[in-house]
Amino acid sequence: MTTNKRGFIQSVWDFFCSLKLSISLLILLAATSVIGTIIPQSPPREYLETISQAKIKLYSALGFFDMYHSWWFILLLYLLTVNLVACSVKRLPRVWKFISEPTLVFDAGLEKTLSLTHEFKMQGDAASLKEKMAAFLKGEFTAPVVTEVDGEYHLFAQKTPYCRLAVYVVHFSIIIIFIGALLGSFFGYKAYVQIAEGTSTSMVYKRGDEKPLDVGFSVKCEKFSVSFYDTGAPKEFKSILTILENGQPVPGYENRRVVVNSPLTYKGITFYQSSYGPAGDGAVYFLTVRDKKGGEPTKIVARKDEKIPLPGGGSVQVLEATEDVKPFLPQFSGPAIRMSYAPAKGEAQAVVLLRDYPDFDQQRGGDQVFVYTGANEKFYTGLQVAKDPGVWVVWSGCALMVLGIIIAFFFSHKRIWIRTGNGRVTIGGTASKNQPAFQLFFDGLADKLKKM
Amino acid sequence: MTSSMLFNVVTLTYMVSMLIFFAFLATKNKTIGLTASCAAYFGFIVQTTAIILRWKESYEAGRGHAPLTNLYESVIFFSWTIILIYALIEIKYKYRVVGAFVVPFALLGMAWAQLGLESHIEPLVPALQSNWLLYHVITCFLGYAAFAVACGISIMYLIKDWLEGTSGDAQAGGIIAMFPSIKILDDLNYKAIMIGFPLLTLGIITGAAWANYAWGTYWSWDPKETWSLIVWFIYAAFLHARITRGWVGRRAAILSVVGFAATIFCYLGVNLFLSGLHSYGGGGK
Repeated sequence: MTTNKRGFIQSVWDFFCSLKLSISLLILLAATSVIGTIIPQSPPREYLETISQAKIKLYSALGFFDMYHSWWFILLLYLLTVNLVACSVKRLPRVWKFISEPTLVFDAGLEKTLSLTHEFKMQGDAASLKEKMAAFLKGEFTAPVVTEVDGEYHLFAQKTPYCRLAVYVVHFSIIIIFIGALLGSFFGYKAYVQIAEGTSTSMVYKRGDEKPLDVGFSVKCEKFSVSFYDTGAPKEFKSILTILENGQPVPGYENRRVVVNSPLTYKGITFYQSSYGPAGDGAVYFLTVRDKKGGEPTKIVARKDEKIPLPGGGSVQVLEATEDVKPFLPQFSGPAIRMSYAPAKGEAQAVVLLRDYPDFDQQRGGDQVFVYTGANEKFYTGLQVAKDPGVWVVWSGCALMVLGIIIAFFFSHKRIWIRTGNGRVTIGGTASKNQPAFQLFFDGLADKLKKM
Repeated sequence: MTSSMLFNVVTLTYMVSMLIFFAFLATKNKTIGLTASCAAYFGFIVQTTAIILRWKESYEAGRGHAPLTNLYESVIFFSWTIILIYALIEIKYKYRVVGAFVVPFALLGMAWAQLGLESHIEPLVPALQSNWLLYHVITCFLGYAAFAVACGISIMYLIKDWLEGTSGDAQAGGIIAMFPSIKILDDLNYKAIMIGFPLLTLGIITGAAWANYAWGTYWSWDPKETWSLIVWFIYAAFLHARITRGWVGRRAAILSVVGFAATIFCYLGVNLFLSGLHSYGGGGK
């Protein structure tokens, strides 16, 4: 019974220690990860309407709409973690022993396992040859450890033994990255906030559940601006932010420029430029209207959706405005408004006005000609808000991983043994990596010994 | 002389180099082999000059950014890195014939860029205005290039393995007479991936660092990020397969080809077929 039980535990342990499991898990993770790149994650309703109910049910049951947080994907990640911990626990003590207690005695048994060995006849007794060889190794390789067994001397020298640990450093770094990610998800948050120019707020809205959250200080948007290239592509989205504590600006955090790729961090909370838009009723639009036949233009000041009566009857109503009309009318650029124009007689119609093309409305051929002269528009700035106390743990893990991979790939544990007897020297060596390169080095050593 | 004209010269040179490499396979003449790599290196030097020239042109046009910001520029850079990694492997390990299976990748990239992609120097949108762009793109593409070289070597392995298997003797003649032995091809495949894997790792990390700096999230399971991780998983599996009995040789070669197919999907497929944060990398037209 007990042997059965032990046999079971042993086989579970062997299962988790096996490299085949690692390979299978890595390939399985690669294959399943594809699903979430094809099926939209947290899909919008428009997408759900395009697929059948049966599909929706199936995908929901399998967690495909939030695949990377589904129980089975997380399970795969946990299995991989257990696997690499088990592999490390099983192999690390052996490797450690290998490094800390190297085989010092170059006996016949060891000699058989080495592919690189040479034997020479040389003048001198075991002790004097030992001195000579020790000096030789020190000069050409590194200082050896000398052991005497039955009148023969065994010299052992090694270089970079610790590179054998690098692979465990890489495994460990993955665990550190996971810990960093968990720290971030438990103690951090991602949120979003919109702040209109000239206003401030201390409330941000968590992503996902939209729950409001008080960050404990206020952020004021002094100004927002957007600039464009001559091609119409956006050049810069810029917010000027000030941090307020108890209504007072915090020194060093006044009028800070925040653009994409240049965020602002205060008390561990970082604000990233993310979006912008018109700040509701804040905007005022300036227009002029004149009769087709001539005459002085009349100035109009309009707010969005406000019906403004025109001289001589009729009315206009600004429906929407844009900073750049290019996406709608590719042959034009610059600010534009779209308004509803109800003449004194006749049907209401939509009229588009371009600020940088004052003659544009003449082409419409209406009785009244409008010009859009500009706006005093207020924007809101949309900021991503993130607090992630685990991010430095993640970066440390990443640094450790790169370091570990480089050492594991490009450093080699080189070992050389020399045995001296009376009038006889035997040399053997091996390397953990890049054996062909080591062989060249070893053959060079042997040549030098031959000439001694 | 504009960079675009020079890129045409590069395309032509790589084509000539590839043809000479094929002649090398057929004739087994060492001088022809040397000429083939010299042609590839000449193309590489011209390409380097052209990339620098395009960088200069970008400043003259008032754009002022490194030539790594759209599909056209990235395909050209990819083809440049492929030749660079090939040169490293050829100079270090002296297996010239590998070029016959690597130069075609570089040629394919150049031909596609010159014939099918929009080559305008566009201004940099706000999301790309960062020094991280340089670190991220360079590490990623050097990694991709190493995987391209590994894929070329694996194709050689599979051809040789197949021909020797069917003819039943280890010294099959024909074009594969010039190929290094199966064991060496297997080892070269591994060495190329040893170059690519740390670079891909760095590429993913610099991408994560940049995303964190620009958006406040280092990982959001965006399709591009996920595919880069898929590629990473495949090559991690490859590296572990190396030390497992029964996974060396043919299976390793197949894994290397699959890995490169995933790499190409990560680079191009994601932009062409899926949507996500990397949309500015696409849009060839």
